Amino acid sequence: MGYSFPEEVLEHVFSFISLHTDRNAVSLVCKSWYEIERWCRRRIFIGNCYAVSPGIVIRRFPEVRSVELKGKPHFADFNLVPDGWGGYFYPWICEMARAYPWLEEIRLKRMVITDESLELISKSFKNFKVLVLSSCEGFSIDGLAAIAANCRNLRELDLRESEVEDLSGHWLSHFPDSCTSLQSLNMSCLLSEVSFSALVRLIARSPNLKTLRLNRAVPLEKLSTLLHRAPQLVELGTGAYSAEIRQDLLSNLTEAFAKCKELEGLSGFWDVVPFYLPAFYSVCSRLTSLNLSYATIQSPDVTKIITQCPNLQRLSVLDYIEDTGLDALSLSCKELRELRVFPSDPFVADANVALTEQGLVSVSEGCSKLQSVLYFCRQMSNSALTTIAKNRPNLTCFRLCILEPRAPDYQTLEPLDHGFGAIVDHCKQLQRLSLSGLLTDRVFEYIGNRAKKLEMLSIAFAGDSDLGLHFVLSGCESLRKLEIRDCPFGDKALLANVSKLETMRSLWMSSCSVSLGACKWLSQKMPRLNVEVIDEQGDLDSRPDSCHVEKLYVYRTVAGPRLDMPSFVRTMNQNPAYRR
Amino acid sequence: MSKMNMEDGLNLTLGLPGRDESDCFKNNKRSQPETNDESSGTTENKEADMETAPATKSQVVGWPPVRNYRRNIVQKESGMYVKVSMDGAPYLRKIDLKVYKGYPDLLKALENMFKLTIGVYSERDGYKGSDFAPAYEDKDGDLMLVGDVPWEMFIVSCKRMRIMKGSEAKGLGYNV
Repeated sequence: MGYSFPEEVLEHVFSFISLHTDRNAVSLVCKSWYEIERWCRRRIFIGNCYAVSPGIVIRRFPEVRSVELKGKPHFADFNLVPDGWGGYFYPWICEMARAYPWLEEIRLKRMVITDESLELISKSFKNFKVLVLSSCEGFSIDGLAAIAANCRNLRELDLRESEVEDLSGHWLSHFPDSCTSLQSLNMSCLLSEVSFSALVRLIARSPNLKTLRLNRAVPLEKLSTLLHRAPQLVELGTGAYSAEIRQDLLSNLTEAFAKCKELEGLSGFWDVVPFYLPAFYSVCSRLTSLNLSYATIQSPDVTKIITQCPNLQRLSVLDYIEDTGLDALSLSCKELRELRVFPSDPFVADANVALTEQGLVSVSEGCSKLQSVLYFCRQMSNSALTTIAKNRPNLTCFRLCILEPRAPDYQTLEPLDHGFGAIVDHCKQLQRLSLSGLLTDRVFEYIGNRAKKLEMLSIAFAGDSDLGLHFVLSGCESLRKLEIRDCPFGDKALLANVSKLETMRSLWMSSCSVSLGACKWLSQKMPRLNVEVIDEQGDLDSRPDSCHVEKLYVYRTVAGPRLDMPSFVRTMNQNPAYRR
Repeated sequence: MSKMNMEDGLNLTLGLPGRDESDCFKNNKRSQPETNDESSGTTENKEADMETAPATKSQVVGWPPVRNYRRNIVQKESGMYVKVSMDGAPYLRKIDLKVYKGYPDLLKALENMFKLTIGVYSERDGYKGSDFAPAYEDKDGDLMLVGDVPWEMFIVSCKRMRIMKGSEAKGLGYNV
């Protein structure tokens, strides 16, 4: 100890290390570094709220200013996790309110947070600044009113994609007149109207407001009023983009947009009336981010916009853009990093739009900086996938969703194994992959052999046997999250790779062939895993070990089995004599 | 695909520790998907899984993987249903304005639906020569003649439609 640097020096050095993975590494160097690091860690990231308990976190890190927590597994986004499964924030806020009086930031994803918790947040932290609730639920406008009323220095309130019960609708007026600190407000998920006058007043007294995302209920006629009050905006989400066709309205809106010299990101665009699209053409040359994924405008209108956006880095659109629009994108937007194409009519078998694999091929050819793709389409071929892979070896995220499960290569009628194989072969930095279409065990062998940097893999309606799963679990060294649905994977692969599961954050398997007995066995073998069986048919106790479980969620934890489970969730216990 | 070096005879034994290796091997005859070997020792459950045809798309929970709010919003866009009443008819009809390409399309559909002739629109005379005039109630609650405003504006502002008959229709541009 006498030979080491003084603590203050080390602390100062550590203050430059912000990535949580780096901080974790620092803490493993030696005991004294562990001690120093834990006292000066200010930001905590917990990827699975059940992997650790609030008490353990607080004991180890007493001086935290920012907490980020994630709750439900990703497939909850698609209704595969039943309501009431868990992910409650309340136990966390109870303890943090006591332990972290200086907490400034809370970021939650897929968690359940009540009005009571929101009120507790608003009253417990004198210097509270940032609240981000991403895909959360369980609270209402009342909770928001408490935040607005009590958080004197609120800088950021972001409710992205959360489900909020709007009963009263009037919460903006709870921001006191003295509150001028707001920099970011995202209320795009709110369904009911907000008080427009309160909104205008809030915006007018927030000179540092950079991000404003309105909800659909804010009418287009009122947008120019807001823009005039906040010409410094960097990111704007419009409300509904429709109004009666009026020339004066168009002129006002055009003028208002023209005044926003800092605008770089646009979103919103529900209910678009194309007549009003030219209003924001003046900002297009500056745009780096554009979300048109709610805009039901046709390809010519979409094309007209994107050909004016040479600096575009992130684009979300509906498949109305069609192949022709994607061709235009590939020619006009050479800075494109991220592309997301959503289906306009996902439940119709026949194509309602002329969007095929060709559009993605074009973009892969023309946009050399493309790293991240989310693409919904109705047909794909091995040759297209191979072309894409060769064009874009710098891909880090590739999520392809062919709408029909088990759809083969539409040209050869073969499985798409080779195509996806090419993706993992060429794209050596690939971190995230979602598969679709007809796939055999082969594709998993390719993935296991090649995808060494892969961290998250999503599989649906694929594979032939346990071999497929075994390839992935035994081959993918960097795998952290694996989610599987409707695949013929059973006990064998799971039980042959038990120790792998402790190196991962979580594994989800639903509608597969895993038996109850295997779950029990796994749980006994690996005490530091929570093996949760989710089965809404009830009566798990009386089922034979050979029966298949509906859903399985396995995650590593130092907190032991959780105590807040509903009746349809069981954590398999380690002790064979103890049957719940 | 020589890079991939696919070995067909992948002898992998998987299974619970302590089990006989040969038992496990029997269960792995599925390494070659083309050989549909019914006599293999695969579990019944696995075969059943393979045999089961997927439910129709709309019945498969969570597929395609599109979030709820994205489904609702887009579906809302794909239907602009308005009620259509006809003077004297006992019940109303409902039509989806999004389905029609323009006024001629819409009027033809109304003619078919209500078994009548509406005629040709003119800005000056409305629906001259017809006993019927299609009208609509707009966002402000006013009764307007169908055809006066551009189609795109119409479908956004139309709340409900009314097919007016005879003399009452005269007040809306019907040439006396």
